[in-house]
Amino acid sequence: MPKLHVTTSVNGEPVEFLCEPYETMLDALRGQLGLTGSKEGCASGDCGACSITLDGRLVCSCLMLAAEAEGHEIRTIEGMAKGGELHPLQQKFLEHAALQCGICTSGMLVASEALLAKNSNPTEEEVRFWLAGNLCRCTGYDKIVRAVMETAVEMREMRP
Amino acid sequence: MNVVNNKWIGQRTIRPDGVDKVTGRAAFAADTTMPGMIWGKVLRSPHPHARIKSISTAKAEALPGVKAVVTSRDIVDFTIAKGAVMLGIQDMRWMCRNVMARDKALFPGHPVAAVAATTEAIAAEACKLIEVDYEVLPWAIEIDDALKPDAPILHEFNRFDGKPSNIMGRIESKKGDIAQGFKDADVVIERSFTTRPVHQGYIEPHACLISVAADGKTTIWSSSQGQFMVRAMTSMLTGIPQSDIRAIPAEIGGGFGGKTIVYLEPLATLLAKKSGRPVKMVMTREEVMRATGPTSGSKSTVKIGAKKDGTIVAAHGSFYLQAGAFPGSPIRGAVGCSFAPYEIPHVLSEGFDVCSNRSKVAAYRAPGAPIGAYAVECVLDELAEALKIDPLALRLKNAAKEGTKAAHGPVFPRIGYIETLEAAKDHPHYAAPLGKYQGRGVASGFWFNAGGESSAQVNITEDGNVVVTTGHPDIGGSRAGIANICAELLGIDYKRISVIIGDTQTVGFSNLTGGSRVLFASSMVVTQAADKVIATLRERAAKIWEIDPEAVKWENGAAHPVSPNAGQFEPLTLADLAEKAPSQGGPIGASVQLNTQGAEGGFGTHICDVEVDVDLGIVRVIRYTAVQDVGRAVHPSYVEGQLQGGVAQGIGWALNEEYIYNKDGKVDNPGFLDYRMPVCSDLPMLDCALVEVPNPKHPQGVKGVGEVPLVPVMAAVANAVHNALGKRFYSLPMSPPKVSAALDAPAQQAAE
Repeated sequence: MPKLHVTTSVNGEPVEFLCEPYETMLDALRGQLGLTGSKEGCASGDCGACSITLDGRLVCSCLMLAAEAEGHEIRTIEGMAKGGELHPLQQKFLEHAALQCGICTSGMLVASEALLAKNSNPTEEEVRFWLAGNLCRCTGYDKIVRAVMETAVEMREMRP
Repeated sequence: MNVVNNKWIGQRTIRPDGVDKVTGRAAFAADTTMPGMIWGKVLRSPHPHARIKSISTAKAEALPGVKAVVTSRDIVDFTIAKGAVMLGIQDMRWMCRNVMARDKALFPGHPVAAVAATTEAIAAEACKLIEVDYEVLPWAIEIDDALKPDAPILHEFNRFDGKPSNIMGRIESKKGDIAQGFKDADVVIERSFTTRPVHQGYIEPHACLISVAADGKTTIWSSSQGQFMVRAMTSMLTGIPQSDIRAIPAEIGGGFGGKTIVYLEPLATLLAKKSGRPVKMVMTREEVMRATGPTSGSKSTVKIGAKKDGTIVAAHGSFYLQAGAFPGSPIRGAVGCSFAPYEIPHVLSEGFDVCSNRSKVAAYRAPGAPIGAYAVECVLDELAEALKIDPLALRLKNAAKEGTKAAHGPVFPRIGYIETLEAAKDHPHYAAPLGKYQGRGVASGFWFNAGGESSAQVNITEDGNVVVTTGHPDIGGSRAGIANICAELLGIDYKRISVIIGDTQTVGFSNLTGGSRVLFASSMVVTQAADKVIATLRERAAKIWEIDPEAVKWENGAAHPVSPNAGQFEPLTLADLAEKAPSQGGPIGASVQLNTQGAEGGFGTHICDVEVDVDLGIVRVIRYTAVQDVGRAVHPSYVEGQLQGGVAQGIGWALNEEYIYNKDGKVDNPGFLDYRMPVCSDLPMLDCALVEVPNPKHPQGVKGVGEVPLVPVMAAVANAVHNALGKRFYSLPMSPPKVSAALDAPAQQAAE
């Protein structure tokens, strides 16, 4: 079967690529698109290290076919900082030491951003259940939850 | 060092590698590529135990796109008969057979061949074309099965008590005479426990990219807990000299001990050598679960005797630990650590290393110690109950302190165990009210900690900043700790210090990231290197001022005359001296190599509250406080992070995690959906109380902190469950089916 031609948008930039019909979005991102910030921890949608958004919806890119990107908008960790300026979540993760090894961090940040886009004032329980699909083995989640909640406060205060 | 006036030590600075990790730029091993790169795949045994009669690779080699195939014939053989060849704690006789099965496959997932091809799909296809003729043998998975008189023997040469056996070794720690000790006791409690094997559960699967040039010069990018370990093991298993192997430490996505040995690197090296192409190999999660790690499952019996007033007079522990397919379970940790928190006159602690048809165990956070502590700390809880003594008071009465001779050998120097007990007792958590079906448990734990070989370089850049190079992969923020210490010593802003992890050919030998040794050992070498640099800076200033170096002091990042008597000079900053370096003696820098000594053991005491859903059998941890003597919290956030991470892993071990085997002797839950590690919604906030009793043998008072936090957890949770339900569980995990069954059982006591 010939490769499929896909036209899509990644982090706001127009992108075209060829992919196998069975190729996952994660493989396309990490392979030919060179965006290795999304990680593969399980390839079965259980760990969330490959989290991206598809038209603003949080998805595991390992469970999405690359061909499904056609005509949609993909956002990855690489698009989170604006130029040299970190997103408030990225800054808070650093300040709170909400990462140790860093392998889950991309997915955690993408998932947290998707949460705050939907719910600017989440409770601890809402944060914990929203992030339940993102495994972290290093931190015990404590500092991650605190970083997300504090970012929410800060972003609410920044809003006009 | 004056801890009160520290400017940088103890600060929650932003870690040097932080921005790379929150922006997705950090390069882990699977993120690396090379021009011309091809893909390696491993063919693994489907059988738990089988003799390999023949392997034919001809069809695989003929498949278009296949560039190389390797089998055990290509791996250097360390023959059993020639005896042990040790690399650290690993015997290369087992390592060469673990990376590739020789005469026998010993577990499902055991590699039997590896292929490199132009795509992953072709490599996988080629694996299917390799013909292996197996003679399937009877197998044993569980300890009891492996110890039966008619059990299939994994290693026929092995004898225990004069007979062929799967018990590969026994160790003991002994003090006094337990027979006498138990005679002196008023109360004796003896209980038996089992734990299931659990995986380290790092989110990053093993991965490497390896290039071998035509002259044999080899470059390895891999995620490991030690680039020097990777170099040495790869060298030994491939025959390529260490001087020709440059092992570059990629960022590592978690290890917890599981990345202290090689799996893929020797195979990828041989495939790269044969094919002439760079070879990349990445394990799937299923491969990780079937063929790497985990730590041992166990069965233990612990007997403790005490006087009516709570004085412990005798203790006996026997710990049988699964080694997996090859000898080397962490019995030393179980035997040595279990009773270490206590001053007990008569102790016998025995460990048995048991092989069975499982993947070879790998180190996991305080290897062996959590297994031993689970049994001992649960028995202590029963002892406290029997004697009607508060469990922390019982521990305080018997706590090890300065001068205590531990059963495993050492006489403790100044230690902080009592401080952890007192802090736990005084913590508001310990007095907080509990509701229905809620319970509270406490437990303590000990880990040896480790020193050993480390190297570092401290170099001053031409513009007067600092580059520190160490040799240990940073697994949880150690670069941040080094930056804080170096900033403190040199008296400059930590942002002016770049901390990097050198590869094997650019920094001196440094042992593994493991044993909670990294910040202890690397800050010791970095301190000595920084002291040398400061001595040079003082000499340079002295030369410029034409005074004696003794008359120059280094303060706040600049050279000053020690007093007005020494002369009136404007301070010379690091930048000034760097600028003048070419004319004043050349580059400024120092390199130090040490075999570090003085890593003292660490102690922790944990308080756990649980709530049990009695309808569903679900145990939830609702509050947790980890108290630990951390020596000196150089970067408190990452110290807390170690405690919180260890606690979370322990809660998983206590409540849910286990390998489940099917009737064919294969792991039935080799993925994150069914191997149930704690997720964010499973846990509460995890509180930490850091007790700082500085290590007198370290310049900044540093003690290892990474491993202790896993040691007490399972017992703390089990004791809390007992407190909630009035039932004791003697086997882990306390998963919903087991808890439900116990709640449904008519008997009041001794569930399981």
